[in-house]
Amino acid sequence: MSGFLRSYLSVVVFAAAAGLLVGGILGLSRLLQPRRPTEQKLIAYESGVDPTGDGWSQSQIRYYVFALLFVMFDVEAVFIFPWAVKVDALATFGLVEMIVFIVVLALGLVYAWRKGVLRWV
Amino acid sequence: MSPASAAIRLLAAPTPPPPAAPGTPQNPGAGSTGQLPALKLPHVEYHLLLPFLILVGSALALLMVSSLIRPLWRRGLYAGWTAVTGVAAMVWTWHLWGQVVGHGPLPHPGAVTAVSGALVVDGFSLFITLTVCSALTLGALLAEHYLPRERLDGPEFYVLAMLSASGALLMGSANDLIIVFLGLEILSLPLYVLAAFHRDRVRSGEAGMKYFILGAFSSAFFLYGIALVYGATGTTSLAGTASFLSTHVLPSNGVLFAGMAFLLVGLGFKVAAVPFQWWTPDVYQGAPTPAVAFMAAVAKTAGFAALLRIFLSAFPTQAETWRPLIWVLAAVTMVVGSVLALVQGDVKRILAYSSISHAGYVLLGLQAATATGPISRNGLAGSAFYLLTYSFTVIGSFAVVTVVAGEGDRRHRVEDYRGLAAERPALALAFTILLLSQAGIPFTTGFVAKFDVISAVLAHGRAPDYILGVVAMLAAAVAVSFYLRIVLAMYQPGPADEVHGGGGATLVATRRRVRTPVSASAVIGLTVAFTVAFGIYPAPFVHLAERASLLF
Repeated sequence: MSGFLRSYLSVVVFAAAAGLLVGGILGLSRLLQPRRPTEQKLIAYESGVDPTGDGWSQSQIRYYVFALLFVMFDVEAVFIFPWAVKVDALATFGLVEMIVFIVVLALGLVYAWRKGVLRWV
Repeated sequence: MSPASAAIRLLAAPTPPPPAAPGTPQNPGAGSTGQLPALKLPHVEYHLLLPFLILVGSALALLMVSSLIRPLWRRGLYAGWTAVTGVAAMVWTWHLWGQVVGHGPLPHPGAVTAVSGALVVDGFSLFITLTVCSALTLGALLAEHYLPRERLDGPEFYVLAMLSASGALLMGSANDLIIVFLGLEILSLPLYVLAAFHRDRVRSGEAGMKYFILGAFSSAFFLYGIALVYGATGTTSLAGTASFLSTHVLPSNGVLFAGMAFLLVGLGFKVAAVPFQWWTPDVYQGAPTPAVAFMAAVAKTAGFAALLRIFLSAFPTQAETWRPLIWVLAAVTMVVGSVLALVQGDVKRILAYSSISHAGYVLLGLQAATATGPISRNGLAGSAFYLLTYSFTVIGSFAVVTVVAGEGDRRHRVEDYRGLAAERPALALAFTILLLSQAGIPFTTGFVAKFDVISAVLAHGRAPDYILGVVAMLAAAVAVSFYLRIVLAMYQPGPADEVHGGGGATLVATRRRVRTPVSASAVIGLTVAFTVAFGIYPAPFVHLAERASLLF
């Protein structure tokens, strides 16, 4: 085994230890616990409130569009922060690139706006 | 030292450790500009990037103009805009070809790299650009009549197609694994949407979902391959990888080989090579037919462009390792694609399996790839030529399928093609020519392409090469039968001729719905003309492909 692979040995050891620990604790609890199921106990736990309806339920599709728009600007911020930290070193080139990036995203927002995405229906 | 940090040091070992940055990220204000290490900003050669910029800029402009002043826009203009964009990119690419490859005798001016070596502009990348842009133009013309017919008209289809094509260009000219990945994503994400574009058909949504999930898997494989190759060589640059591997002996090849295998799996999904082909028939059957035409041509071309470039320019020293792998993939892909197509009853599924089998023939070119010599001994030129001719043939074939399918994109069974020759002789003849070209009958481009890749394999002259050549020819012989099945169906009497009485009248009415609008006729005419003209006289494009491979 090469030194490169051997250095990953600790990862393998950790993974095995984690698996054993979790499996051991859950297995032990399974062995030791008393099990007297009643119908009440088998109800899904929803923070103390009686569950209603089915496990599968439809959610409003309009949240999806807002989530997408949020992700878009979230990721934009992720790129803007490191640029802002290094704005001196990146100089004009970095500024122009960031403007291009923001403009392209803004075009997407304009398109979404014209498509009526921002209107809460 | 902990083992984990030792691993990190080993990963970074081939490159000298970067000097510690004096400015700490937690406290950017304290360190003035003088303390920051001077960043070496890349020089951007805009004129080399122009084909890419034309596509992206035109897509954004179309999106903006159409969403802001929609009432001014009528159908046909979107497709026209896209076609003009594709042609403009091709014109500039031809201009670059003159600069980089030259039209005169060799020696040529030589390949250039752009943006600090992240991209390379050489004959091969320009050849791929020409192929992709012609596929974009033809695909847009095909969609021009399809989208209004299916009540899907809008600029989005064309915008997505242009963006997808721009990703394909990036893959064709990438000189860095990260750029290949970037191109792969730009190519794939619009294609997932295009596959699901027919909102009213359940199958279309299913196709988009399948393609998306399997495509995401393949991207993950590819990315993991990049990580492992970087771990083994300390660079993601293709040229850097090649020079590292030619000057260093690795203590253990395991990580590098695993990385190469993952890269192969990731791109194998995109080009639909067996055993990564499972998505292909379902996606081709469900997706809107013009989107399939575009996808079949562009995704395959871009995937193979990246595959050829990665394996030939980054891993030439490891050829003894990956050539047997490609041998097996090529053989299995050709045989499985051809045999499974025999039992299909749906024309789009038959064409999907035939596209799998075509992937096997392009892999022959990679297996035999040496970047010098005439096309019959030059696997790289053979593969490039195959991709060009296949793009034209497959778009033409799917153009006929689009027209015959009728409103609702429904009539895809082989039986639906019965009587087509009696009703529309020209259309049936065109489809016959395109199918025969896919089968590799002489006097078509398909024959020249198959001949060149097989003879490139045989030119190596070892026993495994002869076996592979025989497998390729047998698979081609099997393939003829399912192409001829469609041809026979077209020349059989139609259902209307057999049924008499009241039932016949409705069938006649159904059959007469096959109409060929101008734009679709133009696509079919262009592709058939290309197939026949350059099948009889292939020299211009053969020379183009040979010159494209010389610079590699």
